[in-house]
Amino acid sequence: MSEELRGVVVCHGALAGALVEAAEQISGLNGVLVPVSNTGCDRDTLEDRVRAAVNGQPAVVFVDLASGSCLVAVLKRLRSEQLVKVVTGVNLAMLVDFVFHRSLSPDEAATRAAAAGEKSIRIP
Amino acid sequence: MAIVLCRIDDRLVHGQVVIGWGRAMGIDLIILVDDQVAASDWEQELYRMAVTPEIEVSFVTMADAARQLPEWQANGKRGLVLTGDLETMAALRASNPEVVQKINLGGIHHRAGRRERLPFIYLTDPELGALQALEAGGAVITAQDLPTTVPVALKALG
Repeated sequence: MSEELRGVVVCHGALAGALVEAAEQISGLNGVLVPVSNTGCDRDTLEDRVRAAVNGQPAVVFVDLASGSCLVAVLKRLRSEQLVKVVTGVNLAMLVDFVFHRSLSPDEAATRAAAAGEKSIRIP
Repeated sequence: MAIVLCRIDDRLVHGQVVIGWGRAMGIDLIILVDDQVAASDWEQELYRMAVTPEIEVSFVTMADAARQLPEWQANGKRGLVLTGDLETMAALRASNPEVVQKINLGGIHHRAGRRERLPFIYLTDPELGALQALEAGGAVITAQDLPTTVPVALKALG
């Protein structure tokens, strides 16, 4: 990939902003993840927010739940985009992995991030 | 049972509907009345993903819903009728005022021209007027996003 991937985090309430802030604190990389909240907007507005955040660039879009308004907005706007991949169940581990692997293809970065996220779920 | 909730929510089938109201009211049938979703298999699949397996979901057009309201009212399921806008709910009420007697304003969000009435309810003055006309015609309309919050009477939204 000649262009580094954009990361977009779409969540309910204030979760996306908090996840992005935490990922920046851990990685030291600022401005590579764009948070999008569904707070205060209807379906069309949320879809517009998602589209603006992706901005026509190759991206991985992280969504909190594998259903619901955030995922619906993301898939309605982006399902036909070949260079955008969607990962659900976002957590901090997958975002931290992603920000250090933005030179991969969207497919590769999404697969990697999902694996990192799954690996971080434990009952220690 | 019957139709136990008629809700307007522009996010359609989502967590507040399925978890918030669905569990509290023992809903076992969600009827989404939306012409666009009724015509789109992949959108139906997306919304179905938000619903727990014990709840049945039906995607219908406005015309089909108007025809089927008496059947849903008479069957043994606890049903939730959901529309994404005021106009569809008003049309449903016009078709069957006995079934669509109480209307829950659950989520009507910001758009150009709308003013905040509650954090989850934005209405233009004509939209508020349309709701007031429904209430003058006998409907009982309250705004309430979740069953754990206090319902707000329509007259308080003006």
